[in-house]
Amino acid sequence: MTAAAAPVPGPAPRRLVGRIRHGDRALAILSGTAVAVILAMLAVIIVDVVRGGVGTLSWEFVSEPPRDGMTAGGVFPAIFGTVALTLLMTLAAVPAGVATAIYLAEFASTQSRVARLVRVCVANLAGVPSIVFGLFGLGFFIATVGKAIDAVAYGGHSVYGRPCLIWSSLTLAILTMPVVVVATEEAIRAVPRELREASLALGATRIQTILRVVLPQALGGILTGTILAVSRGAGEVAPILFTGVAYYLPHLPTNLNDQFMSLGYHVYVLATQSPDVDKTKPQLYGTALVLLTLTFLLNLVAISIRSRSRKRARGGH
Amino acid sequence: MTAADVAPSKPGRSIRRRGGLLERALEIAIQVVALVSIAAILLILLFVGKEALPLLTSSEVHKEVTPGGLFAPVHDGVQSLYMWQPVSEVPKYNVWPLIVGSLKVTVVSLVFAVPLSVGAALYVSEFAGARTREIVKPTIELLAGIPSVVVGFFALVVLATWVQQLFGTEHRLNSIVAGLALSFAICPIVFSVSEDALRAVPHSYREAALAMGSTRAQTVLRVVLPAAGPGIAASIVLGFGRAIGETMIVLIATGNAALLDWSFGHSTRTITATIAQELGEVVIGSPHYNVLFALGAMLFIATFVVNFVGERIVHGMRRKLGTVS
Repeated sequence: MTAAAAPVPGPAPRRLVGRIRHGDRALAILSGTAVAVILAMLAVIIVDVVRGGVGTLSWEFVSEPPRDGMTAGGVFPAIFGTVALTLLMTLAAVPAGVATAIYLAEFASTQSRVARLVRVCVANLAGVPSIVFGLFGLGFFIATVGKAIDAVAYGGHSVYGRPCLIWSSLTLAILTMPVVVVATEEAIRAVPRELREASLALGATRIQTILRVVLPQALGGILTGTILAVSRGAGEVAPILFTGVAYYLPHLPTNLNDQFMSLGYHVYVLATQSPDVDKTKPQLYGTALVLLTLTFLLNLVAISIRSRSRKRARGGH
Repeated sequence: MTAADVAPSKPGRSIRRRGGLLERALEIAIQVVALVSIAAILLILLFVGKEALPLLTSSEVHKEVTPGGLFAPVHDGVQSLYMWQPVSEVPKYNVWPLIVGSLKVTVVSLVFAVPLSVGAALYVSEFAGARTREIVKPTIELLAGIPSVVVGFFALVVLATWVQQLFGTEHRLNSIVAGLALSFAICPIVFSVSEDALRAVPHSYREAALAMGSTRAQTVLRVVLPAAGPGIAASIVLGFGRAIGETMIVLIATGNAALLDWSFGHSTRTITATIAQELGEVVIGSPHYNVLFALGAMLFIATFVVNFVGERIVHGMRRKLGTVS
């Protein structure tokens, strides 16, 4: 019965398995096929996008703006916009997410109602449809906060009370914050209690213990959460549709209140609103490949950091 | 609530020196920032609700559309129609075509994704060796990392052609194409919640069944699967919540026809796609604008309830099995 006390028991050890019957093999094959189909789905998308897009990729494609009605040139402004967007998003989402995780893991007791409410809200925030975030960004950031800033600081001129970079970033920050919270909390909880006790016993205060002992140990988790959040944010389109993204801009965004182009929106526009599909197809595949490569690499890095730090946490005991 | 109230309940952390003013300020700052998620949920409810409210209260809006009018059929003198046609001489706001569209697409995606994902979870938790599991799990998670706009684009360019060749559907873009594409997005969540549920079943259950002479298949099907049942149900509920709220895939792959139509082979349109499609062109503050926010509020509440139920089921099952982590 000792196994039942372990938090997450693994599958039955193989030596317990007695007779192998036909039914066993059938079930293993059937469920194994399900795994194969899901992996095939992943492969088929990647192969198609890579095969379609690799011919378009060139230095020119990632360094030049689009030309000739989006049928030639590159996607540099969209890459620039996506990077600016996710960078600003990270500046807001990571501090908020890490603070929430510290609160949940270090400050709040398990019985705390506030902590339970925070947990429910984080979980539900992760489940809110992305288009609802778009509505929220429009109704709150632009129509309320932005308009208020305009009224107070700009004499009613429309400076911040319109779709722009900062509002898109903040909308995305709320959407991606749960990712940071979950990854960070897991990492903080994996830090052995002895380390905290040692630090406190040496006379460190609680904040010192958190900042100098716990957080450095949990850095892998924070990094994982941040990278996953960036990857998620870079791929989202629905929340920025009405809060700042533009179809085409002659200039790169330089201010918080400028509109911007983004890779995801570029894919959407080229896929659905192009007058000549065959002519834009190479551009479309190229853009999709750039976006997919970006989010995929980020995910891969995050997953490998996480599995490494999980392994270390397990090995440490 | 101060930090001092909270701390003593955690053993091992109550011994600490009192910090200076700066430390107190930092502690308070962390706790205040932690409330951001609560504030966010409230603000979303408040501000999406605020723009939807005129639909309930404004008599100006009621000249064009009433809350009941969203669900009641439109009479054109000859027959009653269920129509969504906000931009026309007589705007018609009947949401049934959109609800049916959302449900059709979601049903297709669940029918495809649930057996696959639960099957895969079964394999990974019951049959796969540790090595296979460590490769398969993160790889399936990678599927969740593909941006939905890329999945939508793939559905538009490739999947639609395959589906048309296979089923001979009338419209190239339809609920089957959109539903299949959507299952790319929900497989990872159904898989990971189901797999967690299966792994939460205590070891002793399997040992007992095997000791009684069950084969492995019997153990899995009659002991492990029923014990993990609530968790698997929760994975389906959470998958449903994700599917009904997904926007870009369905915006690109459904064909965008807001008609009440029960055929899976015809073009359709979902609630989410309608908001995405129409909000950009609508006059701010118009009845149409209010109705779109009302749709958003409905979606928000629906997914909130669905996710809440899903989380409760998972929690309840873990408590029952004694594997609360």
